[in-house]
Amino acid sequence: MDLKEKLISSFLAFENNVDLDHPVHEVRSEAIKNFENKGFPSKKEEAWKYTSLNNLQKVDFSIFPKEESTLEYKDVKKYFLHEIDTYKIVFVDGVYSSYLSETTHDGVDVCLMSSAFSKPMFRQVIEVYFNKIASKDESLTTLNTAFSKEGAYIYIPKNKMPKKPIQILHLATGNEAALMLQPRNLIVAEDNAEVQIIERHQSLTDNEVFTNSVTEIFAGKDANVDYYKVQNDAPTASLVDNTYISQKDNSVVRVHTFSFGGKLIRNNLNFYQNGERIDSTLKGVTILGDKQHVDHHTLVHHRQPNCESHQDYKGIFGDSSTGVFNGKIIVDKIAQKTDAFQQNNNILLSDRATINSKPQLEIFADDVKCSHGCTIGQLDDDALFYLRSRGIPKKEATALLMYAFANNVLESVRIPELKSRVNKIIANKLGVRIGFDL
Amino acid sequence: MLEIKNLHASVEDKEILKGIDLKVNAGEVHAIMGPNGSGKSTLASVIAGKEDFEVEEGSIVLEGEDLDELAPEERAHKGIFLSFQYPVEIPGVTVTNFIKTAINESRKANGQEEMPANEMLKKIREKSELLEIDRKFLSRSLNEGFSGGEKKRNEIFQMAMMEPKLAILDETDSGLDIDALRIVANGVNKLRNKDNAIIVITHYQRLLDYIVPDFVHVLYNGKIVKSGTKELALELEEKGYDWIKQEATV
Ligand SMILES: Nc1ncnc2c1ncn2[C@@H]1O[C@H](COP(=O)(O)OP(=O)(O)O)[C@@H](O)[C@H]1O
Ligand SMILES: [Mg+2]
Repeated sequence: MDLKEKLISSFLAFENNVDLDHPVHEVRSEAIKNFENKGFPSKKEEAWKYTSLNNLQKVDFSIFPKEESTLEYKDVKKYFLHEIDTYKIVFVDGVYSSYLSETTHDGVDVCLMSSAFSKPMFRQVIEVYFNKIASKDESLTTLNTAFSKEGAYIYIPKNKMPKKPIQILHLATGNEAALMLQPRNLIVAEDNAEVQIIERHQSLTDNEVFTNSVTEIFAGKDANVDYYKVQNDAPTASLVDNTYISQKDNSVVRVHTFSFGGKLIRNNLNFYQNGERIDSTLKGVTILGDKQHVDHHTLVHHRQPNCESHQDYKGIFGDSSTGVFNGKIIVDKIAQKTDAFQQNNNILLSDRATINSKPQLEIFADDVKCSHGCTIGQLDDDALFYLRSRGIPKKEATALLMYAFANNVLESVRIPELKSRVNKIIANKLGVRIGFDL
Repeated sequence: MLEIKNLHASVEDKEILKGIDLKVNAGEVHAIMGPNGSGKSTLASVIAGKEDFEVEEGSIVLEGEDLDELAPEERAHKGIFLSFQYPVEIPGVTVTNFIKTAINESRKANGQEEMPANEMLKKIREKSELLEIDRKFLSRSLNEGFSGGEKKRNEIFQMAMMEPKLAILDETDSGLDIDALRIVANGVNKLRNKDNAIIVITHYQRLLDYIVPDFVHVLYNGKIVKSGTKELALELEEKGYDWIKQEATV
């Protein structure tokens, strides 16, 4: 039985464990039909030309974990940003771990999708927001929608701000030979609300893990959302991340994606600007080696006038790693005075590494500022000589330049501890010890 | 200290240095002058070990050791410092972090411990005061958005921090106004002693009014075509290079 068939037949079992009368279940039933029609995307589709899910479909994934696993905090502490106090929503093999988590209902809701689905007090928010911007026909998104049951639920009412940043951590213990996870997150920041979120997926063994995640983020008027994705997973872990963001007037949403590890990562990051004077920022640092593969597909849909978007993705590719950057910008006819910026810079450290970078602009308004650029190159020799002539050895000088290359993406990280953590991961990746944080 | 013999160097099969001989003793200041494109910066880069240039013939010997096989960083560890004509902008690395890294890498290479943090800070304070550099400047990205003059001053600040045996200043005066020139020259003079040496590449007498050379050489078309004392610089200032070019072609 291939993975598609297995998923479809598992849906029946899934239905035994959810409330069939809940309005959400209708959404799920629609979604599974869509997935049944479409199946997994194939390389024949333009959007999946460089990323193949074929090998994943051959793996016999467990769709539901058989037994509950417990983990000691000390064993997984390093995967948390533990230097600062945070709220934590932690899942172990897809199951919520109350022991490792710290949730709240104190003025804001930082809790679980399963509670949001089941408790009447959340009913209204679910009705207004759930599955409202997630795609109804992209097959992996609909697959996730069909199985949507658990994940992070974050609701920040008008003018509120949680006391501390929120971490969403998905841990896979390897109790199953191969495990498929489908977290579903809903994040709502109402007008003038503010929130900072860090998301991480971490497999703890060499057993295969395939995560197909969907996150919907709604930013109300004047809201401010910072979302950080830390992708530094085990070499046997694959991730398809589908994130959909809707913004209203004057809101600011920044998504930083740090892709340093994992077997295959596909990020589908979609911004929809549904208001004026919106600021959307998409930044990424990708540093790969071995045979790792990361595919960034971004979409910024400018639907209203006077908005900005900034995309800045940097990639460093070693060994036989492969990277993809496909940045789509749509500017509707009414979206005059749009300022859309897109930059993708790449360094190839080996002649076996490849990067496919493509801007895709669809501009229907005439008074817009739209700039995009893509570079693929080696390190700047003059800069390297400058550093070496000051006594910094070639290896360190190279690392320093790569640091510097990635640095402007880190500049906008607003949690200093996260920034220094990412710096350390980068130093590790580059195999050097640099005596300071940049 | 430095002895260059019959140095020929080329880039992409084009010969740029065509047989240079130069001897610099400890405690001396040598000025190298000459028209644009004559090979002054190339000579400086070759001494510092830039790999784009192929040394076809001849040798560069520092304190008895042939530099031929040494990487740029190894030359720096031996005390060679080049103040660049065009310092490179390195966004994302602050001046302070850069200089700390540079000093500690050199110390490591010479078997010394890292410089203790308080000593480092003290030195940074001392040298930035000497060159009248604003402290805020030190936390900016290296050379990024610096004016021409700021870049040059920053080069000499690095020189002051690293205390090289042999410093080569490539057109350090260009881009400096008269006040900055005085500050920078004063900084350089403070670093002079009987054990180190300086090669000053310049077009103008005005720097040499402050950093007074023991010898002046004229480089033209890849060769040193004339050497003399500081009076030669005055003569060049007055008459230009045409007479040198004529003499050289005769
Ligand atoms: N990397 C290079 N590639 C090709 N030609 C070069 C390179 N560097 C210098 N040259 C050439 O070598 C000659 C000497 O240049 P340079 O040393 O910069 O002269 P100066 O510093 O005396 O003005 C010039 O003709 C210049 O064009
Ligand atoms: Mg020059």
